Amino acid sequence: MPQINGGQALIRALEMEGVEVIFGLPGGAILPVYDPIIDSPIRHILVRHEQGAGHMAEGFAHATGRPGVAMVTSGPAATNIVTPLCDAYMDSIPIVVITGQVGTPSIGTDAFQECDTVGITRSVTKHNELVTEAADIPRAVREAFHIATTGRPGPVLLDIPKDIVDPKNPRSALDWYWPSEAELSAGLPGYKPTTKGHPRKIKDAAELIVQSTRPVIYAGGGILKARAAEALLELAELCDIPVVTTLMARGAFPDDHRLCLGMPGMHGNYTAVTSMQNSDLLIALGSRFDDRVTGKIPNFAPEAKIIHVDIDPAELGKVRRPDVPIVGDCRLVIEELVRAVKDLGGASAQPDRSTWKSRISGWQEKYPLTYEQSEPGDALKPQFVLEQLRDTTPDDTIVVAGVGQHQMWTSQYWKFNHPYTWVNSGGLGTMGFAVPAAIGAKVGRPDRMVWAVDGDGCFQMTAQELVTAATERIPIKVAILNNAYLGMVRQWQEMFYEERYSEVYLSPDLPDYKLWAEAMGCIGIRVEAPEEVQPAIDKANDIDDRPVVIEFRTDSREKVFPMVPAGASNDDIITFQSHREVIQ
Amino acid sequence: MSDGIGYRHHILSVLVENKPGVLARVAGLFARRGYNIFSLAVAPTEDERFSRLTIVVDVESAPLEQMVKQLFKLIHVVKITELDPRESVERELLLVTVSAAADIRGQIIELVQVFGGRILAVGLDSLTISIEGAPDKVDDFEELLRPYGIVELQRTGRVALPRLDRTPRARIARVS
Repeated sequence: MPQINGGQALIRALEMEGVEVIFGLPGGAILPVYDPIIDSPIRHILVRHEQGAGHMAEGFAHATGRPGVAMVTSGPAATNIVTPLCDAYMDSIPIVVITGQVGTPSIGTDAFQECDTVGITRSVTKHNELVTEAADIPRAVREAFHIATTGRPGPVLLDIPKDIVDPKNPRSALDWYWPSEAELSAGLPGYKPTTKGHPRKIKDAAELIVQSTRPVIYAGGGILKARAAEALLELAELCDIPVVTTLMARGAFPDDHRLCLGMPGMHGNYTAVTSMQNSDLLIALGSRFDDRVTGKIPNFAPEAKIIHVDIDPAELGKVRRPDVPIVGDCRLVIEELVRAVKDLGGASAQPDRSTWKSRISGWQEKYPLTYEQSEPGDALKPQFVLEQLRDTTPDDTIVVAGVGQHQMWTSQYWKFNHPYTWVNSGGLGTMGFAVPAAIGAKVGRPDRMVWAVDGDGCFQMTAQELVTAATERIPIKVAILNNAYLGMVRQWQEMFYEERYSEVYLSPDLPDYKLWAEAMGCIGIRVEAPEEVQPAIDKANDIDDRPVVIEFRTDSREKVFPMVPAGASNDDIITFQSHREVIQ
Repeated sequence: MSDGIGYRHHILSVLVENKPGVLARVAGLFARRGYNIFSLAVAPTEDERFSRLTIVVDVESAPLEQMVKQLFKLIHVVKITELDPRESVERELLLVTVSAAADIRGQIIELVQVFGGRILAVGLDSLTISIEGAPDKVDDFEELLRPYGIVELQRTGRVALPRLDRTPRARIARVS
């Protein structure tokens, strides 16, 4: 077998895994791995900050379902990528991150740009490994991709000391090999994710479904991870059960479908929240009873029995004890559930649910999502901007959000009718996610239009990656909803801190977003009046050779409704309508 | 719990791959999830690829089931067995230096003999003693010795295996 060096082996291993693109930034310790990239068909995208590389890898994975790859150097580069690792861990996004490390003889000596990367990232990765021998590199890469993409997906980090990849060092020589499937599983004796649901439990679940009179399907991000959107549609239609889609599952069930109730949770719509509260059976599919969904836990859906399907056994019973726990892959389990329900007689075996349906449609009529239109001369309403954007972009546009009010409005007002069209940071709530994640999504899906909807606070955290996008000709589009505030924090201070605004004002004019965008090689547009909104979006949609940034000047007083205050019961949901009554 | 034996304490026998950082992963998980470790003993098994951790956990701090499930998510954890103290063999070693002036030294030596311990070192006015046995026996010995004045004390934490003749009834908490 031919002798090669560790750096070549690392790149060859990535090629073996089908990697097409690496998001990264080189530096001292990772230098030897950057040399063979020149000779590799893998595309490398040079980021401006390592955090950007991590979020791009995430955006790529969100949009394609394939693992995103980021590569950075040691020390500060490794610490800069901790946030994306944690973000990917919380949202179960498969990414593989490769960090350089000082040479093995220097480890532990506080060498230049040394840090304990494996120690620092241990609790924010599904797995990590400090690779100490060149001969371990192919195995470690194969394992990293296997672990990142199977079971509950997540981030895996490989820390690569310089001496095992440096061709000038004899320690970097190895005989190339590629582990077989059998060698892979023999090397991981403790890792065997359960994918097939227990037949007995599936039968129990089917029985609960056909007996229930007020069922709701509580669909989470696991549906998308398991490529289970079609199976979900079949189950919902077969049993005629309404579906709520969590923040991580927007698009997993079409918003235009008659059974879709939209997003539940702290800023979910009234019907989604209230139907869960009043249900007698919650069918939780790839969802994890997050506090932003349940509100005060003892008061959450008090009469509901729970069927909980998740590939991670630790999620079952973590928050709410299920009546029927099923460990398994959502797609496989739902397909079995469909069969089991049919065996019991299908829809005809179910009780009459017309009362439940009319209660639901009553809530929908009484409490639709709504907002007050702006008066002439006033700042734009963010919801109005989003409606315009939604209605003038292709149906399969990929929408990427940062974190805060703009994220909630986008999730609420967009119509997601296709899976993998919504990319956002759910669990960790990472401000600054949108721009780099949108770049990653566009690299993964160049055929799709990609719009980042961002807040002014978020945009200032990672905007420099637009330089990356302009340089690499990645034509994303960014809509900044500029309300000159850290809007969500402002909302909480207004509602819960007696309008005492502490450190939330950002200024509408500083920075000048239009000039900033242009300085970064993008087209910059500023929109202040309602009649300018449409033409600006049309113009942006027509530009396909560089990124476009539209700054929309929006009303800083606008708040996100409905809202379940933190720690309150979902029964105490504040709607736009009820809030207005209180004020008047 | 003072006796360390009550049923709020559970013994987890955790088979792990013998890889660098495994102990840090386990300890880090317990710390991050807010679980309490009562005692922990680690050593390689008969198969050099694996080590066995015997962890006594305080279950008041979190439900045992969640603890086991989270532990099993660590890639290097191969198998987790919950050992019922009533159906397993447990041993612990105690080293102790105790004040032992000449006039009371005889009483202490007698106590050591009753418990089957050994005198490891004799000083002018102190003794160093080792005793090995079931944790409750070690607890008893420690209590009885305390009035004499303990100078220094170190326990190993317990190690355990399922009791052979009752193995079929041992609770196996293997998550898969």
